[in-house]
Amino acid sequence: MNEQEQQLLLQIADDELILGWRDSEWTGIAPLLEEDVAFSSIAQNEIGHARALYELVARARGTTADGLAFDRAPNEYRNSRLVELRLLDWEKTIARHWLYEQADAVRLERLKRSDDPDVAGLAAKIDREEAYHRMHAEMWFERLKDEPRFTAALDELRPLLDEGREEHTAELDELWDEMTVVRRSQPAGTKW
Amino acid sequence: MIYEVFRQERKGQPYQHAGSIEAANDTFADVYAREQYGRRGESASLWIVARDSVIEIDEFVDELNRNYHRVDGYSLKEKLREARERAGTAAPAADR
Repeated sequence: MNEQEQQLLLQIADDELILGWRDSEWTGIAPLLEEDVAFSSIAQNEIGHARALYELVARARGTTADGLAFDRAPNEYRNSRLVELRLLDWEKTIARHWLYEQADAVRLERLKRSDDPDVAGLAAKIDREEAYHRMHAEMWFERLKDEPRFTAALDELRPLLDEGREEHTAELDELWDEMTVVRRSQPAGTKW
Repeated sequence: MIYEVFRQERKGQPYQHAGSIEAANDTFADVYAREQYGRRGESASLWIVARDSVIEIDEFVDELNRNYHRVDGYSLKEKLREARERAGTAAPAADR
C-alpha cells in the first residue's frame, strides 16, 4: 500500500472515529428511546469501521490501530471539519449524519473498486453496514426536509465537507483531550 | 405510535412476540425494528404490526358454564398413559 493510499484510508478512519465519538454523545439523551438505541449503535459501528481501517494502515506502517487512533497529536488528524463539531441540536446532528452518509457512500463505492483486495474487501464489508446508516439518515431526511431549522442546518454544514483536512477547530482539541486522556494517563507502551 | 414486533428465528418456525417499539411511522418502525431485533443475524424474518391493527379479544362469555366444550379438557396422552398403567404395558419407545 503506497503512502497516498495510506493517507486516504487514514482520512476515512479519522472521519469515522471522530464522528463515532460525536454521535455517541447522544447516548442516553437522544430525543426518543428507540432513537437512542439506533443512534448509539450507528456511533459504535463508525468506531468499528475506524478500527478496521486503522488496522490496515497499521499493518503497512508497522504500528497498531490504537497507536494511530490515539497517539497522534490533534493537528495530525485528517478528518473533515464536519465531523468534529459538537452539535447537541438534533436537527444539526441529523443534517450532519445525512450529509456525511451521502459523501461516505460515494467514497466507499470508489474504495470497493480498489486494486488492493484487502481494501476492496473491507470497503464492501463496511458498506453493508453503512446501508443501515443510510436508511436511517434517509428516513430522518424525509421527515425533516421541510422544516426550516433542518434546511438551515444543512446549508450551514454542507460547505464544511469541502474544506481542507489540515486545519481544525478548537473543538477537535477538546475532543482529542477527552478521547485520549485515559491512554495518556499511563506511560507509553502500557499493556491495557 | 406503538408497534409490536414478532420475530422468526429460523425459516419455517412460528413467529414469536419479540417486544414492542415506539416509532413515528412505518418507516421509522422498519428501521428501529431492524436495529433492535434483526440486524445481528438473530432473526430470519420480522413481522411489524401497528398495535392499533391488532384485534384483541380479552372477554369471553360462558354464561352456561359449558366448559366441557373446551378442547383442553381432554388430554389423549394422559388417558393413554392411565390406560397403559391399568393394563400394565409400557408405552412404545417412540411415545416416551
